[in-house]
Amino acid sequence: MSALEAVLLTIITASTPLLLAAVGELVVERSGVLNLGVEGMMIMGAVTGFAAAYTTGSAAIGVAAAVGTGVAMALLFAFLTQTLAANQMATGLALTLFGTGLSGLIGQTFTGLPGVKLGAIHIPGLSDLPLIGPVLFAQDVLVYASVAITTGVAWTFTRTRAGLVIRAVGSNHHSAHALGYDVAAVRYRCIAFGGVCAGLAGGYLSLVYTPQWIENMTAGRGWIALALVVFATWTPIRVAVGAYLFGTVWIMGLYVQGIGVAIPSQFLSSLPYLVTIAALLAISGNRILTRVNTPACIGQTFVPDR
Amino acid sequence: MKKLIVLVAVVALSLVTASAFGADPLKVGFIYVGPIGDHGWSYQHDQGRLAVEKALGKQVKTLYIEKVTEGPDTERAITRLARDGAGLIFTTSFGFMDPTIKVAKRFPKVMFEHATGFKRAKNVATYSSRFYEGRYVIGQIAARLSKNGVAGYIASFPIPEVVRGINAFMLGAQSVNPDFKIKTVWVNSWFDPGKEADAAKVLIGQGADIITQHTDSTAPMQIAGEKGIKAFGQASDMIKFGPKTQLTSIIDDWQPYYIRRTKAVLDGTWKSTDTWGGMDTGMVGMAPYTNMPADVAAMAKATEEKIRSRKMHVFTGPIHKQDGSLAVAKGKNLDDGTLLGMNWYVKGIDDKLPK
Repeated sequence: MSALEAVLLTIITASTPLLLAAVGELVVERSGVLNLGVEGMMIMGAVTGFAAAYTTGSAAIGVAAAVGTGVAMALLFAFLTQTLAANQMATGLALTLFGTGLSGLIGQTFTGLPGVKLGAIHIPGLSDLPLIGPVLFAQDVLVYASVAITTGVAWTFTRTRAGLVIRAVGSNHHSAHALGYDVAAVRYRCIAFGGVCAGLAGGYLSLVYTPQWIENMTAGRGWIALALVVFATWTPIRVAVGAYLFGTVWIMGLYVQGIGVAIPSQFLSSLPYLVTIAALLAISGNRILTRVNTPACIGQTFVPDR
Repeated sequence: MKKLIVLVAVVALSLVTASAFGADPLKVGFIYVGPIGDHGWSYQHDQGRLAVEKALGKQVKTLYIEKVTEGPDTERAITRLARDGAGLIFTTSFGFMDPTIKVAKRFPKVMFEHATGFKRAKNVATYSSRFYEGRYVIGQIAARLSKNGVAGYIASFPIPEVVRGINAFMLGAQSVNPDFKIKTVWVNSWFDPGKEADAAKVLIGQGADIITQHTDSTAPMQIAGEKGIKAFGQASDMIKFGPKTQLTSIIDDWQPYYIRRTKAVLDGTWKSTDTWGGMDTGMVGMAPYTNMPADVAAMAKATEEKIRSRKMHVFTGPIHKQDGSLAVAKGKNLDDGTLLGMNWYVKGIDDKLPK
């Protein structure tokens, strides 16, 4: 395996959980909801994914459990914020705190056990190509899923009626309501979708990235995903660029140290954040476009008049 | 007032019964920074607690609080153990230093033991281990087994303890192969499995064919296993995570120390001391030498034995610093003061030490 191939593979592994979580949150925010519970949904996905995979011996069941848990957490959030009209920020923060604590409790018996790794899928014919074969066509299903989901979300927002409805609900929920759209129902679905993605991202950590359960193993990746969505001005392609840029600079920071370049490691550790913010600010410089994409109703509680 | 009298009476009575029958077990408390299931640092301390229970039976009763964050919460946790009647309390993380001193002032009758710190008081002792002795041994093994002559070193923070470990590893490796190289990656964390895994992948991609770590998770071991190369465990025996990968592991063995110190309290001979124990005291041990040829294992065992019997000091001169200046002359050993504040690399390490 060449050095370049190793680095590219590592970059993909580092970027995928960020991309998954961020794309999910993007859909949630486009519908006008701010869910700060990404970290909590992720960590719960990680622990249940690991637990299910360890108990059954099947990584596929692990992924399913991670998704299920992500959705369950998301629906809890949706019920509180959409049905009971609770404050979204407070509920989201509570969801993260709740998830972090509960995952520690569930994971107690699973700490320190060797896990089950989700296998790679080799695409026949293509995976034998030099360099791009192993990098692009011999990945696990979650990497393919992250690309498919990102493309699907981008396509949905620009080319479909469903995308228009979500954007309408996020831009002006009163108008959308007046036009006869069920705001809460749309948001429920978007929040659930965010749960699917966060669950997958968490499952990726405990089934692929480091196949074991470790308390607090998300280590703030949910928050990075949240920030990516904002800096990418709510566009899926930019979220993907941001996630991969972050992953690349993150890995290059380690790479540069390995070849012995004398840059303070503390600086290298902070570089992914700086570069990603700078780059996304630069590409989102067009203010009009930014305003078009920003969901105007984000974070606002909507209670329809009866 | 009435309550107070009752309280005094109860206390007096319990003191009388305690001294008369000597039957009340000594309560020994432990404060851990991580979960006891971390399979690293806190896990090893808890093994020490269990050993105390086993060795001293009914004479003691142990209490512990795990996952105590370093900060205001520490004081609360230590106070709770002291209030619960603990007569001896081990606080097992560097960040527990100031809270330990503070609580110790309020409970002068309770003995405290703080791991890896440097602040002592009449009822506060400190203790730590010479982990670097083990790193010399694994350095030798690495130099014998590495085909490329390059080891990948995943390091946490550029503090003396870690720098000392890298130097000891390098000296061990150089004793076998003078041209041995180390590639170091600082992950700026004690525990970030994802980042440690990334660092391992990067190092392996750059040609390192042996991985060693001074971070606490088992992730690098798993990555090394996936890539089909060998690695060394950290703090505890990680063989479960790399049955075909782990060569050996430096084990922090707190058991003999904990038993000895608990006995001292029972005997009434406990004093505030500063212990920095190495292999000779049993505080540093090595996991079984696995996944290597018999002659390499024999070499490692011989070195381990020499260090244990104090026939050999890891930092014996001549040792040159990275810039070529002489750190210690031939035949002399580096003193503990220099070791404790080590902030320079030995000659042969290419990296620049982050400041």
